[in-house]
Amino acid sequence: MNVAVDNPALEIHDLTISYNRRPVLWDVDLTIPEGAIVGVIGPNGAGKTTLIKAVMGLVPAGSGYVQIYGRPLDEVRERISYVPQRESVDWDFPASARDVVLMGRYGKLGLFRRPRRADRDKADECLHRVGIEHLGDRQISQLSGGQQQRVFLARALAQDADFYIMDEPFTGVDAATEAAIVEILRGMRARGRTILAVHHDLQSALDYFDWVVLLNMRLVASGPADKVFTAELLQKTYGGKLTLLSKVGNLLQKEEFPTRET
Amino acid sequence: MNDFWIILIGVLVAATCGLLGSYLILRRMAMVGDAIAHAVLPGIVIAFMISESRDSIPMLLGAAAVGLLTTFLIETLHRRGMLQIDASIGLTYTSLFALGVILASAFAGDVDLDLDCILYGEIALAPLYTLDIGGVDMGPRAVWIVGGALILVLSFIFLGYKELYITTFDPAYAAIIGVSVSLWHYLLMGAVSLTTVAAFESVGAILVVAFLIAPPAAAYLLTDNFKHMLLLTVLLGSLAVVGGYYLAAWLDASIAGAMALCMGLVFCAAFGLYRRRLHIASKSLTDQQLAARG
Repeated sequence: MNVAVDNPALEIHDLTISYNRRPVLWDVDLTIPEGAIVGVIGPNGAGKTTLIKAVMGLVPAGSGYVQIYGRPLDEVRERISYVPQRESVDWDFPASARDVVLMGRYGKLGLFRRPRRADRDKADECLHRVGIEHLGDRQISQLSGGQQQRVFLARALAQDADFYIMDEPFTGVDAATEAAIVEILRGMRARGRTILAVHHDLQSALDYFDWVVLLNMRLVASGPADKVFTAELLQKTYGGKLTLLSKVGNLLQKEEFPTRET
Repeated sequence: MNDFWIILIGVLVAATCGLLGSYLILRRMAMVGDAIAHAVLPGIVIAFMISESRDSIPMLLGAAAVGLLTTFLIETLHRRGMLQIDASIGLTYTSLFALGVILASAFAGDVDLDLDCILYGEIALAPLYTLDIGGVDMGPRAVWIVGGALILVLSFIFLGYKELYITTFDPAYAAIIGVSVSLWHYLLMGAVSLTTVAAFESVGAILVVAFLIAPPAAAYLLTDNFKHMLLLTVLLGSLAVVGGYYLAAWLDASIAGAMALCMGLVFCAAFGLYRRRLHIASKSLTDQQLAARG
């Protein structure tokens, strides 16, 4: 199932991505509506992180393209924000929580300009929104996992973007933080923001997401969460994993998915 | 007066190297500084052969060019060649350094380019080479060259503070918000190359490496604030320079050696303080937890 929408926030068109000539994403084609919380779901090695990296232009597309709000990435860069996986940075870095949130303002400031009072106020406001305003001066290594995730979220909020990409925002956080993050995401949706989050917990997915993208190296389904969450589609995403992985090299090439030359 | 000049040159080198070293440490690239410090040798020799003078400008340019080449080779071998980063560093700089040694011994043999001097430096002699402009003695050349490098590095950090900070902490995020990670990487490496060669004549490659790594490593242990870390780096480096100078005078030993040794001692002191602070912090944390439970 692949539900198409008009005026999508994100459009991925015939995207294929390879690492060292080994394809990790095959011919992904989908659209995502504006103002939705979207989950990208699939087993390990399904290419979820690769997909969002491709959306952000961090990995080159072998073929196909990505458009956000109908434009190529470079034209809409300041409308896009990113919440990386918590483990992707060194938390022993000499920075306070406020320093990290302030980085969310760097893009708007541009070259050579220093953060001003207004930027600092904005950072404090965002720390408040994620509920850790009292930890602004705390060194980031002295925060709990959940608090670190909130700092990353606050940094993204400080950017005042429209399209938020998040890599496993609920991994390694406590239940209170998970609930708080969901609350914040809903608040963002209410203001018309679009959120694309990689997620691996099927249990909570139906509660959290309006729209779900099921992925296993190729697109299994993309559509409203309640329509996509069927036994058949989930089976297709998770169940056939072994066969799919072992055969994908030559089988798909010959049959239904011809490889495109770059 | 010589004391003053030697200490001033040492402090200038310590400050310049330490500031850049702070970024290298946080980027886990301390050994890249080491690599560049050695690999610029062929650049110096080639510049020397072309310009046939020991004038500093061509040497600075030659060294900066080879420094960037070194960075590029390390990155390329690592990314494209799938070689581990440490292997790629070791491979690149030994080859380039060897090339420099061969060039120096084969072609520059009959002119005055002393390998020992490049490697180990002789800061005691630095005040003797003075800069004359129109017959006026402007003081030691090294003060001008290293001082110039320090001003360059200070303005680089002042102007690019945000960009250097964010590309060091979270390069992927920096790329998303439109900060060019590779541009700032190469600018930083260019600055390291320039600094290395500017400091060469007076203090030698070995001391440059010591100043690139030890003061920032010590400062890193002592503070959680990046701006304080930059300041502390300069202070600790200067402390080692002064201490090293008087230690060398007292023992009548190599000045550069004594300075590097003092830098090691400063680091040990910082390490001791750090352990102590950790101990106190964990104690107060347990107290808090006990109080919260009780």
